[in-house]
Amino acid sequence: MAIDKFLVEASHIMMFARSVGDANPIYHDEEYAKKTDLGAIIAPPTFAQSSAQFDPNYFLRPKIGGEGWFGSGKEASGAIPSSGSGESGGGGAAMGLHAEQHFEYHLPVKAGDILNATTKPGNTWEKESKRAGKLKFSESVTEYRNQNGDLVITATGVGVQTERAVDS
Amino acid sequence: MLKENEITIGDTHTATLVEDLKRTQIVQYAGASGDYNPLHTDEIFTTQVAGYPSVFAHGMLSMGLTGTMLTNYVGDGALKKYGVRFTNQVWPGDTLTSTATIIDIRDQEGERVVDLQIETTNQNDVAVITGNATAKIES
Repeated sequence: MAIDKFLVEASHIMMFARSVGDANPIYHDEEYAKKTDLGAIIAPPTFAQSSAQFDPNYFLRPKIGGEGWFGSGKEASGAIPSSGSGESGGGGAAMGLHAEQHFEYHLPVKAGDILNATTKPGNTWEKESKRAGKLKFSESVTEYRNQNGDLVITATGVGVQTERAVDS
Repeated sequence: MLKENEITIGDTHTATLVEDLKRTQIVQYAGASGDYNPLHTDEIFTTQVAGYPSVFAHGMLSMGLTGTMLTNYVGDGALKKYGVRFTNQVWPGDTLTSTATIIDIRDQEGERVVDLQIETTNQNDVAVITGNATAKIES
């Protein structure tokens, strides 16, 4: 998976910050942000996850004019999606869950930045669990670089495919 | 940013992240993040096809909410590292509380940093996230 252009925009940061309950003005108030040491609206620590918006093939987004979507409509489920690229999300296929996520921050990400991302698969391993049967873990490592070619974030995601729905 | 002379190993910071999590907030996160997996927003699919009792929050929503606690504590642009394990699912109606504990204060590549252990729990004191973070501090 590769994302050529991840446009980091102030309005997107504002909406993302709202969704994670963050009222910090550094995420929505340009005048305030200018007066800080950072000098601009910055991205919250988990914002890189929203790069999925810029992955043309991201499989957890219904495609315009594309194949059927597996969520409910008239029936409880539509088509089962073919596995596309999904590494920027939790990893794994349609029924996969997100097991771990790690970010390393090398430089601040600011509104106006244009990032690109490249993802490489990492380790895979298996484990038995009482709550969900056999678990298949797979790791993916995504490097985000800015318009100057500088590495800004390294993100490591671990996805897990469960044999059955997790008992709660 | 945290100041070294104002902190000690063992210090904690606790915040309530969300009370009675609403499905609408999960929808907000789906829209902002671009992760439209129906497991998080489509009650019919999730209960009838996937076999869960209801929709549940994206792990990354829990990590994002926990991140709000973290940056409110360590300051803007101070984080060097932030990683979590998703240990239990978060459901609509959950109330989440998160605590960061200072476990080390040290040098890293010419900067002073603090290592934090993080735990986010639900209203039943069950951990939904465990993790750690490293942040720059003022010496």
